[in-house]
Amino acid sequence: MISANLAAIFYLVSGILFILALRGLSSPDTSRQGNYFGIAGMIIAIVVTFLSLGNFSTSLVYVIIFLIIGGAIGAFIAFKIPMTAMPELVAGFHSLVGLAAVFVAIAAFLNPAAFNLGNVGDIKLASLIEMSIGAAVGAITFSGSIIAFLKLRGIMSGAPITFSGQHILNLILGIGIFVLIFYLCKTQSTNIFWTVIIISFLVGVLLIIPIGGADMPVVISMLNSYSGWAAAGIGFTLENTALIITGALVGSSGAILSYIMCKAMNRSFVSVILGGFGADNSADDRKEKKDQKPVKSGNAEDAAFLMKNASSVIIVPGYGMAVAQAQHALREMVDKLKKNDIKVTYAIHPVAGRMPGHMNVLLAEANVPYDEVFELEDINNDFANSDVAFVIGANDVTNPVAKTDPKSPIFGMPVLDVEKCKSVLFVKRSLSPGYAGIDNELFYKDNTLMLFADAKKMTEDIVKNLD
Amino acid sequence: MEIDPFIFRLSIFILSIFIGYYVVWSVTPSLHTPLMSVTNAISSVIIVGAVIAALAGTSESIFNTSSIFGFIAIILAAINIFGGFLVTQRMLQMYKKKKDKKK
Repeated sequence: MISANLAAIFYLVSGILFILALRGLSSPDTSRQGNYFGIAGMIIAIVVTFLSLGNFSTSLVYVIIFLIIGGAIGAFIAFKIPMTAMPELVAGFHSLVGLAAVFVAIAAFLNPAAFNLGNVGDIKLASLIEMSIGAAVGAITFSGSIIAFLKLRGIMSGAPITFSGQHILNLILGIGIFVLIFYLCKTQSTNIFWTVIIISFLVGVLLIIPIGGADMPVVISMLNSYSGWAAAGIGFTLENTALIITGALVGSSGAILSYIMCKAMNRSFVSVILGGFGADNSADDRKEKKDQKPVKSGNAEDAAFLMKNASSVIIVPGYGMAVAQAQHALREMVDKLKKNDIKVTYAIHPVAGRMPGHMNVLLAEANVPYDEVFELEDINNDFANSDVAFVIGANDVTNPVAKTDPKSPIFGMPVLDVEKCKSVLFVKRSLSPGYAGIDNELFYKDNTLMLFADAKKMTEDIVKNLD
Repeated sequence: MEIDPFIFRLSIFILSIFIGYYVVWSVTPSLHTPLMSVTNAISSVIIVGAVIAALAGTSESIFNTSSIFGFIAIILAAINIFGGFLVTQRMLQMYKKKKDKKK
């Protein structure tokens, strides 16, 4: 058994180790070391909790059994999950943090004495506020992440679900939560506590259903942030520094990622949250246009010929590459090109894919060295000096309309200047517009060659033709 | 007048937000996915609360209503801790530099 003061110091140490874990991620070289810091911080926090409670009864045996069960499930998932499924995995994990926060809050409410928060029906006011906020945010994180998970997994349609009065309903429910927490503090009523949690679950669902598939990078980051704030709320209740520090770190990390993602789409956070973007109401319009404009389409042979005769190629991957699992075939293609002394680099738009950094992980999985992969601002000037841009599974992020047409919904969004390349190869299944529901002008440019096929199959065919 | 300990915790919280702000901006964009999975793992330090709740049962009733919630929360958080750190490790191992091909 160790004293509360000593325990608090150890919790501080574990908080600092968590900071170092995030710090390590500033470069891939230091990142692995960072992860070990994180693991060490976690072990310290758990061991110190055992020691400070000093309860080595049969309960502890059960605690360890449950810990091992959960750990085994987690380890199994971590080893089995394909890299393309990372977005849904992260969403799923967020939901678990949220639910754990809710359960800890419930446990603290039902047995406040165990946490030194007073007695049933007479919980300290500050603790009551902290735990109900923790529970409410946790519940929103849980149900919101479940919806995000279902959308990312494709179990639920990625299309936004909207109905009239949606925002007003959310607002009323949000205010309702605060009013109920106020009454909870006055009455200490168990029923009100449960009601707060149930309404929060509902808010989580309502908050995420109107947000469409390609806005998922923002949603995931936002839920990441929420899970942090929920943890911090519980940290205040438990008076635990490790939890408060971690909650603040995770909360601000998620908030920054949401900001970066919104900026990369040139959309305000509010407009993403309100949702409904990409709802299509100009289908007829587009059909007409399509008939008028000629499109040049080619096959794998043409593409191979073009690239063989190029001296530099820039590859622009997008969500379509992830869906088709084309990253390994792509890497094979690039290897062949490099053998012919062609310079190949990758250009990644911040919102390519379904979560921040999604494309980078997939390319890393396919053994693409990370120093060949560039962010938008680092590579955008190179398009003008390159021979071929190979766009695979990306669409809206290459649309020049964002620079030219102020009426376009994506106007102002930073895009990759693909059209400045001497020629553009565009792998796509059909001419259908991307997520934003707008036509891509790039399809009709003279220097664009459309390759209509599944991304993986097309890449494999090109590889064959490169021999 | 004595300062409420809550204020100290609030100070830690706010300073940590600032630390988080600066540390996360220095994270390279290519590691944003591992950043999310590792923040996920560390936020599961909430397991501390779950352990306290679970161990609060008496020897006659190890599983009372409150401790059952604690035990379930332990499983949830443990999935996250192990899953989060391991999947981060798996991802980070894939990030490699160009092999030196100089002869």
